[in-house]
Amino acid sequence: MRKYLYSTVLCLAVGLLPAAGSATELTRGAMLANSCAGCHGTDGHSPGAIPSIGGKSADFIETALKEFRSGERHSTVMGRHARAYTDEEIRLIAEFFGREAQ
Amino acid sequence: MSRYTRRELLMLLGRAGTASMLGAMGLPLVGCGGRDESMEQAGEAAGGRQAALNRPRVVIVGGGFGGTSCAKYLRRYVKDAEIILVEPRQTYHTCPFSNTVLAGMNPMDFIAHDYETLRTAHGVEVIHQTVSEIDPVAKAASLDDGRTLGYDYLVLSPGIDMRRDAIEGYDEAATEAMPHAWQAGDQTRLLRAQLEAMDDGGTVIIAPPNNPFRCPPGPYERASLIAHYLKQHKPKSKILILDAKDKFSKQGLFMQGWEALYPGMIEWVKGSDWGGMGRVDAGQKTVYSMFDKAFKGDVVNLIPPQQAGEIALRTGLANDDGWCPVDQRSFESTMHKDLFVIGDASVAGQMPKSGFAANSQGKVCAAAIAARILEVELPEPSYVNTCYSLVGPDYGISVAAVYRMQEGQIKSVEDSGGVSPGEVDAQFRRDEARYAEGWYQSITSDMFG
Repeated sequence: MRKYLYSTVLCLAVGLLPAAGSATELTRGAMLANSCAGCHGTDGHSPGAIPSIGGKSADFIETALKEFRSGERHSTVMGRHARAYTDEEIRLIAEFFGREAQ
Repeated sequence: MSRYTRRELLMLLGRAGTASMLGAMGLPLVGCGGRDESMEQAGEAAGGRQAALNRPRVVIVGGGFGGTSCAKYLRRYVKDAEIILVEPRQTYHTCPFSNTVLAGMNPMDFIAHDYETLRTAHGVEVIHQTVSEIDPVAKAASLDDGRTLGYDYLVLSPGIDMRRDAIEGYDEAATEAMPHAWQAGDQTRLLRAQLEAMDDGGTVIIAPPNNPFRCPPGPYERASLIAHYLKQHKPKSKILILDAKDKFSKQGLFMQGWEALYPGMIEWVKGSDWGGMGRVDAGQKTVYSMFDKAFKGDVVNLIPPQQAGEIALRTGLANDDGWCPVDQRSFESTMHKDLFVIGDASVAGQMPKSGFAANSQGKVCAAAIAARILEVELPEPSYVNTCYSLVGPDYGISVAAVYRMQEGQIKSVEDSGGVSPGEVDAQFRRDEARYAEGWYQSITSDMFG
């Protein structure tokens, strides 16, 4: 009973606290996009020679990935990566990195 | 809600031992109720763990590519978990780009990183201690300083240890006389010093082990960049690669690069041609084949067979081969529940033992633990690996793959990935060299930044 009370009180108390920075939602899009960060940096913000993709529009990223996949757009390594993703997965990745552009 | 005044609430919170923490952090709690009972039990079993109420504790052992990535991304998914990273070193030297240090292209500082940002920006408690023991039943990790940390989830990212028993004559003294430099830091300095001290006309022996081992293209990038150094400073010298294997990662591309940049300088001998490693005489800097044929070097870089970091073996997480089997969707050990193994130490399907793979696995593992904490379903994981190698400062090559769970195993997605093309112009190789360094900056900021 005591435990139950504490947890109820904590839940109520939380409502009174200011909201902290929002967490990344645990979605398939996040899981796909986070794997891109190994090269493109956290949230797509690259500190070095690899292009930043965070904050580019979702449409731009979606088009670029599809063009890498078809070979229409020149790349060193992106063509090899892009061929692994379906249209749906590309859309989810694009939406994730496009969040900041909205 | 009106039944409690603010003061009463704070009093109750104070009794629960979390008020100051909540006040200080101003963080919302996720998943109120439902978890406290089991966690209190876990806490009690672990020796009176306090403040377990509603705040799950995740202990991550090992602050390399896997551990740092897991800590940072777990924080992104779960704001209110207590995340503790245990790593003995205050400064971490990466193996990636350590070959550029060996070649004198970069100083040691270039590959040195610290844990300050994980602490200050991501709320990860970093404890610079060694974990001496893990009790997976009581769910507690003991530290060298005598402390015991109870946990709800524990992630082991212990990297590799050298198998001392694998080669006759390979003792403690041999690791000094024939440095492996396969864990960066002092070993990197040692091998660099030996290369600098070598006379022009000397022979550098590099002896890579059989699969599986950390960083499959690493020995060949090392041969390349040592050749780059020798070509400038000791051009009459040679590199002899005495391989345990009959083929190696990105072989065609490496050999093409050696021909272009260092003709006649690097000789690669496959295992079945020289007989493979029999024994070593560290004092004589001599390697003997299985047929007792002697190969004497002026510098010997012996990269011995490896196994999961020792703590994983001692905790009973490894199989007979010395690596840790896991559920490859979550990286939870198949030996003990609530205990996860990522990175080189784990058996991760078709993924290589690479820093990039560990980074990718750390994120998937973070998501799997977050899903448990938040009591939601884990979305389908996606894994990536890209290994850049420098054949020279302006000559980069790569191998890439995207992976999914297929039939219970991590397998690369068909008709994707692969190595850099063989027939391209110099600009393509220059671009990949530039991207190799860009990758290094990105991944280290993804881990430590």
